[in-house]
Amino acid sequence: MRLVLLVAQKDLLIERRSRVLLWQVAPFGLMTLVLCGLAVGPNASTQAKLAPGLFYIVMTLVALLVINRTSQLESSRGTATSVQILGIDPGAVFLGKGLAMFIQLSIVGTALLAGTTVLLHVPLHAAILTLPVLLLATATLSLAGVLYGRIAASSANAGTLLPALALPAFAPVLIAGERAFSSLITSGPLARWVWLLGVALGAYACVGLLLYGALEES
Amino acid sequence: MKQLTRRALGPLALASSVATFVMGYFITPPDKVQGELARLLYIHPAQAWVALYLSFGAATIASALYLWPRTRSMVADRVAASAVEVSTLFIGLTLLTGSIWGRPTWGVWWVWDARLTSTAVLGVLMLGYLALRRANDDPQVRAKRSAVFAILTAINIPIIHFSVMWWTTLHQGATVFTENRQLKIHGSMAWTLLLSFIAFSLDFAWMVRARYRIADREAGQRDSELDAALKARRTESAS
Repeated sequence: MRLVLLVAQKDLLIERRSRVLLWQVAPFGLMTLVLCGLAVGPNASTQAKLAPGLFYIVMTLVALLVINRTSQLESSRGTATSVQILGIDPGAVFLGKGLAMFIQLSIVGTALLAGTTVLLHVPLHAAILTLPVLLLATATLSLAGVLYGRIAASSANAGTLLPALALPAFAPVLIAGERAFSSLITSGPLARWVWLLGVALGAYACVGLLLYGALEES
Repeated sequence: MKQLTRRALGPLALASSVATFVMGYFITPPDKVQGELARLLYIHPAQAWVALYLSFGAATIASALYLWPRTRSMVADRVAASAVEVSTLFIGLTLLTGSIWGRPTWGVWWVWDARLTSTAVLGVLMLGYLALRRANDDPQVRAKRSAVFAILTAINIPIIHFSVMWWTTLHQGATVFTENRQLKIHGSMAWTLLLSFIAFSLDFAWMVRARYRIADREAGQRDSELDAALKARRTESAS
């Protein structure tokens, strides 16, 4: 657990010093939300109807930026070798990086949810109630992101390879998140989508703990 | 025996495919509800079986064998890569025949049905796998990353299988059995459907074997080119 926190602390410290999240990722997310609003048109009820889907598309795009950034940190010369020489448990590195990414994505996600509520006319109670589901979806995206980021890292054209690998895999998270958010607005069934996100989170956690070491070796 | 199996695979695949075509097109009667359109079901479910279960199952097992240190070999990596290439082809064919069936049945070429969408997503994931293999030159790095990616993709297979139950959409339910495990189709139709599964499975095995041999020869050629280059360099430095 100490190692997990140390790895997470390292990534968050780099983020705090570089402020990429604040000055690049969050503005990108907000601008994409505005563009979504413009694309949908000025009708408030249409915007509110489409808001859950648009919100999760923006979240997915933001997640891609954060994953790319996090995997770039590990790709710098000698970093992977240093981690291997130190003999840090790969599972702890996986969870630590996942935790750091989860914290970053949760902050941006909450800000974007507030933006969606204001810009796309989502009922406030639905936005507040969807927060735990958003955190669950964010945790799933984070753990999956650490794995896909590591797979794409140091490859030729890693920047374009990452979306090709990760976006199709994020589709179930997007569907479950969107359906859960819509269910909160329309009082529809919620449990199955939460369950789906939980299963995906558990699956990524298990695969990551088992196989992140193999990725570090490569 | 091994030699005989290897030689018999191609002719067996061809013969069973021809037999499926003859039975499906000439011998089986038209369906009571779907008419002649039902003949597409002698190829579509079998293609889906190969695309989603057989080839991707083979790729996942081969990838797991590669990642397990005791069974690690480039043979497993090449089998996985060959199976994924064949899987990508069959996913394309599954979507194509599904669309051809869907147009007269549902009135559109494409619907945002859960199973269709999930199959398309899996197809894009397979293309990602192939892109990943081309993005890494080092065979060991490529093999390791591809193996992990294949196992991650395997997580999507149960989602596809259970998606019909999770999302209640247009796609018809199980074709062969009812919910109580009772056979839904009978006579020549049932036999043709069974034969189509055997034929496409044999086609898959033959294609994977052919692709594996090409990959093996490519690797052999790379090694011999490298050896020749090293030899030339040594001769150059000695003279």
